Parts: sequence; structure tokens; C-alpha cells
Amino acid sequence: MGALFTKDTQAIFWNNNASAIQRMLDYDYVINRAKPSVAAIVAPTSGNKFEKFFYGPDEVMVPVFRNTVEAAAAFPNADVLLNFASFRTAYDVTMEAIAIKGQFKTVMVTAEGIPERLARKMNQAARDAGVVVIGPATVGGIAPGAFKIANVGGTIENIINSKLHRAGSCGLVTRSGGLFNELSNIISINADGIAEGVAIGGDRFVGSVFIDNLLRMERNPEVKYMVLLGEVGGTEEYKVIEAVKSGKIKKPIIAWCIGTIAKHFSSGVQFGHAGASANADAETAAAKNEAMAAAGIYVPSSFNDLPAKIAEVYGKLRAEGVIGEIAEPELKTVPKVRRKKEFICTISDDRGDEATYAGYPISSVATPETGFGIGDVISLLWFKKRYPKWATDYLETVIKTVADHGPAVSGAHNAKVTARAGKDVISSLVTGLLTIGPRFGGAIDDAAKYFKYANDRGMSPAEFIDYMKKEGKTISGIGHRIKSVRNPDLRVSGLKKYAAEHFPATPLLDFALEVEKLTTSKKDNLILNVDGTIGILMVDMWRALGYSEEEIDGFIDAGALNAFFVVGRSIGFIGHILDEKRLGMPMYRHPTDDILYNVELADEI
Amino acid sequence: MAQRAIREYDGKAIFSKHWEKYFSGFHYGFKSVLVTSGDELRAKAQEHGFEWLKQEPLVAKPDMLFGKRGKNNLVLFKTNKPGDVTLEEAAKWIDEKISHETILLSGQKGTLTHFIIEPFTPHSQDQEYYISATTVGEDDVLYLSAEGGMEVEEGWEEKVNEVTIPITMDDANIEHLIRANVPAGIPAENKERFITFAEQFYKFYRDLNFAYLEINPIVMIGNDMHILDLVARLDDTAGFMMGDAWCGAEFPTAFGMEDQSPEEKAIAEADSKSGASLKLTVLNPMGRIWTMVAGGGASVVYADTIADLSGNVSDLANYGEYSGGPTTGETKFYADTVLDLMTRHKDPKGRDKILIIGGAIANFTDVAKTFTGIIQSFETYAERMKEHNTRIYVRRGGPNYEKGLKDIKEAADRLGLYIEVYGPETHVTDIVRMALEK
Repeated sequence: MGALFTKDTQAIFWNNNASAIQRMLDYDYVINRAKPSVAAIVAPTSGNKFEKFFYGPDEVMVPVFRNTVEAAAAFPNADVLLNFASFRTAYDVTMEAIAIKGQFKTVMVTAEGIPERLARKMNQAARDAGVVVIGPATVGGIAPGAFKIANVGGTIENIINSKLHRAGSCGLVTRSGGLFNELSNIISINADGIAEGVAIGGDRFVGSVFIDNLLRMERNPEVKYMVLLGEVGGTEEYKVIEAVKSGKIKKPIIAWCIGTIAKHFSSGVQFGHAGASANADAETAAAKNEAMAAAGIYVPSSFNDLPAKIAEVYGKLRAEGVIGEIAEPELKTVPKVRRKKEFICTISDDRGDEATYAGYPISSVATPETGFGIGDVISLLWFKKRYPKWATDYLETVIKTVADHGPAVSGAHNAKVTARAGKDVISSLVTGLLTIGPRFGGAIDDAAKYFKYANDRGMSPAEFIDYMKKEGKTISGIGHRIKSVRNPDLRVSGLKKYAAEHFPATPLLDFALEVEKLTTSKKDNLILNVDGTIGILMVDMWRALGYSEEEIDGFIDAGALNAFFVVGRSIGFIGHILDEKRLGMPMYRHPTDDILYNVELADEI
Repeated sequence: MAQRAIREYDGKAIFSKHWEKYFSGFHYGFKSVLVTSGDELRAKAQEHGFEWLKQEPLVAKPDMLFGKRGKNNLVLFKTNKPGDVTLEEAAKWIDEKISHETILLSGQKGTLTHFIIEPFTPHSQDQEYYISATTVGEDDVLYLSAEGGMEVEEGWEEKVNEVTIPITMDDANIEHLIRANVPAGIPAENKERFITFAEQFYKFYRDLNFAYLEINPIVMIGNDMHILDLVARLDDTAGFMMGDAWCGAEFPTAFGMEDQSPEEKAIAEADSKSGASLKLTVLNPMGRIWTMVAGGGASVVYADTIADLSGNVSDLANYGEYSGGPTTGETKFYADTVLDLMTRHKDPKGRDKILIIGGAIANFTDVAKTFTGIIQSFETYAERMKEHNTRIYVRRGGPNYEKGLKDIKEAADRLGLYIEVYGPETHVTDIVRMALEK
């Protein structure tokens, strides 16, 4: 082993840097990766659940998380963190990632100018945890044909021209990110491309230094020789020299330190970045180049002769049979023009022979002998899951229970008035449905929401009642106009009986019944009503089906409970509308003696 | 940038601001002023809180980042005998110093502009100690000596204890380590005091994000601390975390650094206003080879290669880069500046001028777009470039480079300029060889 990345390596990308992520996915597509190299995005301020990216001609959804811990939990195999946070937060992001035990093998830090003390702490913490840090202040690295970090390599055209789409036999390490591309190009022209490359970063304190990368490449059988591009300043190249002298590195190294110009200017002129200034004679480019040559490293006579030196060493290794022929893989092409999809559908598909509901052809769910009922269809299309029979039976029970509640309730009344005005079924139905909201039908939603809220936070029934009083809210799902303890609502009794017999457990209902004990002790009709029972049992059903509390909250917030009421009550509304049509009742006008008229002359202002 | 030197005055102001928090048990007076003329010093003496300037004997010295002020005879501490310098004498001395150029023993020269004035502190050699801290490799190192002043510099090896403190070490271990390494020469009655101060000094250095901090000498008189001479560098990348903890310390240019030319200043100003990077240093205005290189790494290898292949580094006229996706307007301004400078002086030996428009393979900079700015500049300077027999060599890769190369070639041909253009198939610096061989 010894390779930094493989074709299965997946990364978590910290910061939604859309263009860099797209370049990674384009690369993945071109080289025929099985899975996109970006598993998830961490974006603390994003409200999105996913971001869309092109994958070849199609689009894929990459999930978005608020923090690294959640992203890591969802993708335990993503062992690379691409830390694209700014210099202000990059340290915290790296430290948080290192603290997640066993998750990340590599953290790449792109920010330039992280405070030096923080960079040193971060690098040390990573070393102690066995995490490789690439950077800070780097474009990253690449394992051609396997995994590419962010913007390394530039355009897809350049990547292919520079043979960065498949593994060659050179291990490349540079400090400069700007010259990394150029070196890849030089190596592709004069040899067979690179097997692995890392730009270690330009800041004074970087996590992995030349020697760390070269020692890993020494162990990587794909790497047959290394190219090192150093810089004036620092003493890192001497560690490489020591490793060569001691035999720790046996593979040939071709190396050059840039910045030989600096010796001509005693002081004042800063060549290259801030870290690149020689504090001692040994740190000059010329001294390092000489010392490397003396240790047996291949050092060209100038940067301009570097290509020839690479060609020479490569030719020698080819002739010796160390390097063989490299097979050129088939590549896919990313279309020049791609259109973003305006809509996404994850529940049904009409493109095949037969339309499907969550993968089930309609014919396989429609007729009685399939064993699928309307509850099954709802579970497929609403929740993209096939629920067990006890759950689909419950869904059907709910729909049947809420189907109608007589002509006097406001929704049914509105539907009837509209039908009598001569409007069609749809207009009349919609009028009825538009009445559904916080006061009509909304108790199901609210009961589920507030009882769950109290239960999640471990409130006792008494605390819950106090809490609702303080909030100035009546408790949804409690209370009935007529029904009471002595005159129980049989619909509720039926639901409770069904749940007791078929649900694996009903913790929220049990809690609600404790609440009911307290409320009915105050007033006889403050019973758990049918709306409350439905909403609360729905939560118990989802819990028993294995959904997380967050997912259940998501269902409630999305209005799924309301939706059951809408579906069920539509049956009743349509009944009332058809009834009106059948009866041929005339236009309804409300009698004026039923209206209190209290109109005064408007003041002039 | 990262580690940047600050004035002695600012360093002492930072000490003073945080003294109570870090140096409990010790007292520090912070009697220092920073002035740029004798009149400013006289005016300062009238202010409330600075009466000591009139009442006490003074010491005056330049505060301009260079050391060895004593050896350079630039510390005013006596007129007839040590400790008799008055306000008026200090003011006159300053005015004399700013009236002419000063050459240091190191050869640096320039005009003195900033002075620090403090009370004269009578003390004996045995009250002087040395303390400093910096980063060596990945560790912090604290240097302690029982001897301060010039004494410590002569015989560093024997006189200074080095305490290496790993970055992750906790406070208890740090204190233990410092205690174990206290210099043997510290007199017994001052030992505890010195240990406490060294611990406090290290934490102050660490928490305030100094990159280097040296007091030489520090004079301990009982619990009174006198910071007689101080050298400090800050890690300016930590600036965003430090707020006004650094007392607004400025980062002056080193003494004797040549002032930038108007052209260099103009580019630096454009750079500060742009998200892109524009850098220009004129190395030799009479130089023959001028460069316009995209990218920091590439600009270094072009300079290297020109120095290697021309055989005479004075041929190289300038050093610099434009990168980070400059706009067409920014590129044109950069090119205008370089072409103007290039066509001011004929080559003394009558040779052609060479213009290297170089760059590595860009990641995402649109090559055609940046070249548009250069082409616009050609239009303005074509006649002057021809008068200087300018030969242009272009090498670039990256997005849209084919169009960029084609456009620049067409423009040069149309304007009658000599040009050769190359793409990624040609080695990045090989155009230097071609230009010099012709």
C-alpha cells in the first residue's frame, strides 16, 4: 500500500465551493469512478439539504450538512476532509475533524495565512492523531485515475494533456501550487505522467513536508521515481538528503530548488512568497541544489534543464525494465453543453415500460391480489418506503376515520355553498379544502407537534400542562364539545384498541393518556380527542418504524399529518358536493336576520 | 507576509497594556515616547503625564528596527557624564540626526526619522539580565541569561540557557521546565523572581502571538522591571484575532530600504485594491530583459533562468508577477507600467530589448482575457518598443490559451513588432534560452 488515495476514496468537502466540487465530479466521470469523490458537503450557514452537481451529462445530489460531525456520521467511509474554510476558521475546522476518532486519514487545508501558532498546533495535533495534513496554503494533490483534490490540474483538457487522468510512474512533490500543473505537464511530456502528486503548501508551517510525502511514495509500489521541486528558504530538503544517505529512500529522486536568483541580491528583494527567504547559507537554493547533488539525487544544471533530466532518468528506468508500458484507459467525455434540471423527482418514474411508484410498477400494487392497499400506495409515494401491514392498516384507519364529520363543519359547509352556486366538483372541493388550517383539521398536526416536543424533552404531564399555559396555548388534541370520560368517543376507543393490539409500542400515546388523566380531573370533557389520538399514534408508528426524531419532526413540519386529513376529508367533501348536485338545491343566500348589522358613517380624515 | 518587525516603542506599549494581566507581582512604568522631531519632543513634554521629560535625565535613540545602536554611536545618554541629558539636549540631538543621511556600520544608509526617548535608568551590570523567545523549527525556544547587554552576545554559548518548549505543552509542564533550566548565574535572592518573570514572559510572548521577543537587557531592581532595550516581531497573520491587543502597532519598512519608485508604488497600490496579485520590483532600470510573468512560482523560475543563461544578472531589469485572475484593465495597467519603464533607456551596448511574457499552465485564469490587456498596451507602446528593437517571447498555457496566443501574435504582427509565441508543449522557461540565443 502506501498510496494516499484510491479509486474508492471519498471526501467531505467543507465549504460549498461549487466550482471546485464540480471539477472533482467531472474528473470522476471522465476516469470512470464508481462513486463521486465528494460524499457530502459541510456548509454551516446553508439551509439546503443537498446541492445538485453534474455527473457527466446527468445530475447527482450531494447531501449538505451543518457540521463535520453529522457529515462524518452519515458517511463513515469518507476519510478525506477538504477544508476550504477561510484562514479565520480553518484551524477550528481541522481540529474538529481530527477529534472525530477513526474518521479522517487526510485533511487538506487550502487557507493561506492561518496564524502560525494555530498552524503549529494543528499540525502537531494531526501528527499525534495519525492524520496527514496537506497544506495549509495549497491547491492539494492528486492520485491520477483515482482521486483529485478540488482545482488541482486545471481544466479537463489540461488534465488529459498532462496525463493526470491515469496513473503514471512518478511521485511529484512541490511547494508551489502554481508550478504543480507545470511539473505534471513536464513529466507527461518527458516521461509517462505521475502516480501521485502533492503540493505541500506555501505557508511557513505546513502539515506534511517533503520528507513525509517522499517516504510514503517510497512505500507506494506504483511510484518508481520521485520529482521534488523545492524552494529557497528552510531546511526541509536536508531531511530528504538524510533519508537518501541513510537508505530510507532508495528510489531515484530528481530535485531542484527554485530561487537561485536570490543570491544575486543581498537583501531587500523578496523572491517568491514570504516563507521563501534564506536565513542562512545552507538555506539558499544553490546550497541545497549542491547538497542534493552530492547525496546522489539527480539535480539538473538549471530549472531549464529539468525536463532533460526527467527524460534521462525515466529513459534509464524504462531501459532497466523498472518502468513498463502504461495502458491508456478508456475515458468518458463530459458534454460541452449541459443543462441544469429544473425539477427533481425521487418518488416515481414514468420513463420505463411501465410507470412505477417508488420502484414498484403500478400493476404490481393496483389490483387486490397484489395485497397492496391504499395505505401501501401512500407509504410508497409519500415516504418512499414499504410499510408493514400494521402500519398501512393504521394509515387506512386514519383515512376512514377522518373521511367525514357531517355537513355543519366549516369545510363541508363551504363546499356545499360553492356547489349550490353552480360551481363544478373541483372548485367546490378546493373551497372545502382551503378551509383546512389551524382551526379546522389542524389539531392533528399540533397535537403531534406539542406532545412530541414535551415528550422529547422529558417533561412530565404536569410540566407539559404548565408549559402550554405559560405559552398561552390550549392543548391541541385535548377536549371535545360533547364527548367526555363517561361518554367516550368510540372512534378514539377504536384507534386505541387497534394500537394496543398491533403497534409494537405506544410511548407517546401513553404519555398523552397521562396528560388526559390530569386534564379530565379538572373538567370531564377535556379528553384526548380523535385528532389528538391520530396525530400522536402517527408519531408512535414512525418511531416504531425506526425513523429518527429529526426525521419525524421533518414529516410534521412538511405537513404530512395534515395531508392524511386532506386525503380523508376529500372523500367526505366530494360526497357533500355530489349530494348537492343530486338534490339540485338553489343558490344559497344567508338570511339577513341572521346577521348583526352595525355600520356607522365613516369618519372623514 | 507573516513575521513582521515592530518598533521598540510599540513593543513596550503592548507590554504596558497587558502588564497587570501577565506580570502580577512586578511593576513596569512604561515611560517612553516616540517622536519624529525635536519640536515634537518639546511639545510632548508639555502634556499631562509626560512631566518626567522635563524632570529626569533622558536617553534618546532611533527606533527604526535596526540594532547595535550603541556600537553605531546612536544612543544619547550623556553630555558630559552618563545620565545628564536634558530635554533640550535630546531635542537638539534629534534635530541634528534627522538633518542628514546616516550610514550604519553594516553599510545600511538612510535618514533617521523615528526616535524613542526614555528616562535614564541608573543601574549596575549585575542587575542586567537577558530574556528572549522565538520559534525554532516547530517548537518555541526561551533564551535566558544571568547577563544582559552586550555581555551576552559575546559568549552566547556559555552564558545562555535554551529552553525548548513544544507547541502542545501545558502550563504546568512549561513552568516545571523553565524552573529546571534557570541560569545558574542568577543570584539566589533574585532566583524566584526571575523564574516567575520568565514564565510570565513566555506566556505573554505566546498569547500575544509574537514571533520574536527579546529584552536585552532587562533590569530587575527589586520588583521594578526596566525594559531597557526591546526587539519584537509579530505574526501578522494572527492580527484578526488580536484586535487592539497590539495597540495598533505599525509595521515599518526596514531602515535603509530604498524607497519604492513611483511605478512600483503605483503597482503596489493597484495590488492593494485588487483581488488579484500585482507585484513589481525594478532591479535595474537600465536592464535589457524585462519580464511580465503570471504566477508567483513561475516568476521565480523565470528570474532564475534569466540570471543563469544571460551570464550577467544586471541584464534582468525587473521582477514581479500578475496572477489571481486580474481584470483586462488591471493587466493593461501592469503592462503599460512595464513597457513604459522598458522603453525609457536605450541598452548601453546597443543590444535589442527582450520582453518575456511568461507563465505556467494556469489553473483557471482565462489566458485570452488577460492577454487582451497586454495587447491594448502594445497599441500604445508599439512605436517606442520598435525604437528599442524589442523582441517579444510569449509562453503560456491554461484555459483559452490557444486564442490568447493567436490574438497576441496577430496584434504584434499587425503593429510590426517582433514576436514568438509558444504553448504548453514548450518548456516554461525555454523562451529565455531562445531569446538569448538569437
